[in-house]
Amino acid sequence: MGWIGESIDSIKSIQIRQLLTQAVSLGMIVTSALIIWKALMCITGSESPVVVVLSGSMEPGFKRGDILFLHMSKDPIRAGEIVVFNVDGREIPIVHRVIKVHERQDTGEVDVLTKGDNNYGDDRLLYAQGQLWLQRHHIMGRAVGFLPYVGWVTIIMTEKPIIKYILIGALGLLVITSKD
Amino acid sequence: MHSFGYRLNALLTFSVTILALMCAMASFSDNLNTPSPSVEIQIVNINWFQKQPRGNDEVSLTMNISADLQSLFTWNTKQVFVFVAAEYETPKNSLNQVSLWDAIIPAKEHAKFWMHTSNKYRFVDQGNNLRGKEFNLTLHWHVMPKTGKMFADKIVMSGYQLPEEYR
Repeated sequence: MGWIGESIDSIKSIQIRQLLTQAVSLGMIVTSALIIWKALMCITGSESPVVVVLSGSMEPGFKRGDILFLHMSKDPIRAGEIVVFNVDGREIPIVHRVIKVHERQDTGEVDVLTKGDNNYGDDRLLYAQGQLWLQRHHIMGRAVGFLPYVGWVTIIMTEKPIIKYILIGALGLLVITSKD
Repeated sequence: MHSFGYRLNALLTFSVTILALMCAMASFSDNLNTPSPSVEIQIVNINWFQKQPRGNDEVSLTMNISADLQSLFTWNTKQVFVFVAAEYETPKNSLNQVSLWDAIIPAKEHAKFWMHTSNKYRFVDQGNNLRGKEFNLTLHWHVMPKTGKMFADKIVMSGYQLPEEYR
């Protein structure tokens, strides 16, 4: 494994100027990731533009580990749309389909009922105690696009943090030892 | 310059780029399909029609649904979610959409079908405005792709009416 030896040699030969450049390039990577995320937030208007599907309640359409792209526009919510919503007292947002909509004549407020395609009954059991309908403010966005499997990366990293640290460590080492 | 790490990195970046490009092209190719689905829904029977103890109107009905949705399927289609919703206006609400029946169509072979079914979800109004109410039945479909953008559209059928009296 000449590669490891090479890496150790290159760490030994680091000078202060080189160290600074590397710190800057590491900073650039982190900030550009942040810029992309924040830009997506602006474009889509949703506080989390990409979500990972965590449960099987929308199978076979969405499986665990798929990712969804969200969009939050001013358009009214209609039946059939797949929305991501937060319920009071629950931390993890839920991705389900709208099956009933009642929109007020005077205020334009909506009452929405959702259901997972793979669930037998509607979502009233998941809502807060005594809550019959979702309102607009519960809804974080509607799903517009879909990419399979990619979300497994984050699922694995949250469930097995050791892999996350190994990955971050390896990447950091790569950045430090790279010579351009 | 040509170390193992660099080559691995180059290979990985290249393959991810190609994969992303292929996903984008597959999703884009859906736009070339112009579907022409057709549907017909008859209400065969009003099974019962009453006021709930809570005060909302509820109705149970039986429908015949015949549809041909084969043209919605492309090579990038994983499944089509289809549902029938009753849509009407009341003095309180400018729009009420109540899903009555839905199904997941997994493949093109199953996309031409005939159904005799009563409503799968409860047809309950917010209030009691359903007596003699005229409403639309709308067939919505939601095309879920193998990858990329999701498509949705609908066919509205009007001219349905509920009975004047509870039964």
